[in-house]
Amino acid sequence: MMDTLGSSLKNALKKLAGKTVVDRAAVEELVRDLQRALLQSDVNVKLVAQLSQRIKERSLNEEPPKGMTVREHVLRIVYQELVLLVGSAGSVELQPQLILLAGLQGSGKTTTAAKLARWFQRKGLKVGMICADTFRPGAYEQLSTLCNRFNVHCYGDAKETDAVRIVAKYLPGARGQHEVIIVDTQGRHALEAELIREIVEISKISKPDHRWLVIDAALGQQAREQARRFHEAISIDGVIVTKMDGTAKGGGALSAVAETKSGIVFIGTGETIEDLERFDPDSFISRLLGMGDLKLLAEKAEEVISPEEVDVNALLRGKFTLKDMYKQLEALNKMGPLRQVMSMLPLGGMEIPSDAYDATSTKMQRYRVMMDSMTQMELEDPSVISGSRIQRIARGSGTSPEDVKELLKYHRVMQQALKGVRGNKFNLQRMMKRFGRTK
Amino acid sequence: MFDSLRNGLRAIRGRLSASISVSAVEGTQEPQAEEGPEQRQKEVKPGLVKKVKTFVLDQELFISEKEISGALEELELLLLESDVALPVVDHIVAGLRRDLTGKRRRIGSDVDEIVASALAEALVGVLGEGFDLIGFIRGHERPVKILFTGVNGTGKTTTIAKVGAYLKNHGFSVVIGSGDTFRAGALEQMATHASRVGIRVIQHQQGADPSAVLFDAVQHAIANGIDVVLGDTAGRFHNKANLMNQLEKVKRVMRPDLIVYVDEAVAGNDAVVRADEFNRLVGTDAVILTKADMDMKGGAAISIAHTIGKPILFLGTGQGYQDLLPFSPGLLVKEIIGEGAKA
Repeated sequence: MMDTLGSSLKNALKKLAGKTVVDRAAVEELVRDLQRALLQSDVNVKLVAQLSQRIKERSLNEEPPKGMTVREHVLRIVYQELVLLVGSAGSVELQPQLILLAGLQGSGKTTTAAKLARWFQRKGLKVGMICADTFRPGAYEQLSTLCNRFNVHCYGDAKETDAVRIVAKYLPGARGQHEVIIVDTQGRHALEAELIREIVEISKISKPDHRWLVIDAALGQQAREQARRFHEAISIDGVIVTKMDGTAKGGGALSAVAETKSGIVFIGTGETIEDLERFDPDSFISRLLGMGDLKLLAEKAEEVISPEEVDVNALLRGKFTLKDMYKQLEALNKMGPLRQVMSMLPLGGMEIPSDAYDATSTKMQRYRVMMDSMTQMELEDPSVISGSRIQRIARGSGTSPEDVKELLKYHRVMQQALKGVRGNKFNLQRMMKRFGRTK
Repeated sequence: MFDSLRNGLRAIRGRLSASISVSAVEGTQEPQAEEGPEQRQKEVKPGLVKKVKTFVLDQELFISEKEISGALEELELLLLESDVALPVVDHIVAGLRRDLTGKRRRIGSDVDEIVASALAEALVGVLGEGFDLIGFIRGHERPVKILFTGVNGTGKTTTIAKVGAYLKNHGFSVVIGSGDTFRAGALEQMATHASRVGIRVIQHQQGADPSAVLFDAVQHAIANGIDVVLGDTAGRFHNKANLMNQLEKVKRVMRPDLIVYVDEAVAGNDAVVRADEFNRLVGTDAVILTKADMDMKGGAAISIAHTIGKPILFLGTGQGYQDLLPFSPGLLVKEIIGEGAKA
């Protein structure tokens, strides 16, 4: 579904290619496709209408700057308007602060609270957690279990039924001991007047520096109304989008952004405690539209691959040792799961079966373990690996000789592939430069 | 959750009989006197049908595809705003377009009937028949095994407690298998819920194999002559192959008689994607939509029902254990459209 939308958008853009004047029909078609893509991603109907109106007007009325093709011109407008729609990332300061989390039931507040604690902890701040969810059974156990895993203190009392009292009781003590304090609250929706009063009360006595609204990526048109009322109640100044590891696109969060005039601060991308990322407008847009974003991939790759890690010239000479492969796998690993990396590539209509990802990522892991059991010499020159060496590597890595042989075969295939690339018109060096920033 | 729709429709029907002759001439006039009092009081947004009716009224003398396309476009937006997923909207609108065009309308004919019955047909077609859980259990060999599936945070655990309480009230004995062994605090949550509604819960420690837990729950039911086993599972995303395989295994071991897919009524377009995937990978027999007490328009119900063609069993409508509403689409559509419609 996502792919077809992305490609229909691309087709619409293609129609603009080679044109000298902006073609009204082509722009309208583009806007229509854009609308469908955004609606399917749960962006609010009114926001979509406004956006498409502006794109239409600007595309038809603004003169393309000199030297810019019509296609580039329209694309630039589309991009600019989308950036406006998505907003910039909400600010996060690395300083003592109190954060109050609010949101609907089941939006993932508790998990997000733990993830946030971990995030600030990794930035070197002392984090404390207050569990003000007194309603859902097991809420305190859940949060304290999560927090204990990485030694963050979780204040709370499973027996206390008054959330306001919990905050009042533990907050003064927590302030003295922790730099960042996160208050997790009970899930509520904006029509539950009593619960809204409760969170207003909590907000009043805790005086939070930030009041973040946690929004499920799958939330639909309802997001707008909910966000508006939460905003009225406690003045939301940031949005966290959770469950972005599913197939939901998170368009509902944009309604929340528009209503609260704040920005998305974080997105939750998985079930483990580390799966929290700072919001990045570009990749969010790609996801909304189902189009990959090469720019992001390039930037991400730059971050993780230091220049000496991949020797492009050696690769180009056809020397691709197991060591190189190991580095490659490591780099891939740092960029995140293969699926995420792939989704960043503008592969367009290319379909990769989802089980292929899982199979490949576990396989990659095994390959690395096997390579850890090899000697330097073997890594430099795999041809020395004989039968007895294979036995040793398999024993050392807890795998079977067949697995080791498979790895060696995989390496040969990669080597062949790189050789093929070398003579090709396709400029590997330039590509590697892009990714690795080598000389 | 269909309140706004229902109210809108009632208001329309109420003033229809009076406005038939007028409508042909002044389709756009805003009726004042006949507006249903309940609509005023509740201050709901104008319902779906009311708006559609206005659009079609404008066009009623010349119903050709070209003429109604504007109205249908508005309807499209209306459905989208009600959280009906885009592919489903496309389908409904295309159906209405097919039904409405080409038919000759007498001047002064009852446009509301036309619109109402067309929409009723579309809704009934989409929502299908309801599901009689009590009847299902009565007519089934004991214990009846019910497995609950769904993505994270839709309210499976709470819903199971509600369903347990509902069945208990209908005189069935119930045991719950606490199959969410992944999420921290899930076991405590289930245990607390279960003890509050007075139902025995079978659980292992955190991280245990959910299949084993549910197997034990079924064995317990067989040994003690219990009527119904409710199996909880950890929330999981449909695109995680390993977790879906685990669910496959749970299904193999527990052999459920009924697989209930739980999703939230406020979900947007993704509701369709995941309902479809769950149905494809582990199967779904019925659907429960939670969080229907939020002021929403029921789009997810329409989307999910349309996509997987499975009946909706209950609506979760609040935080209390009694907040579970049996869902009966036939009755609902009849109620909101009225007997005049050939639904």
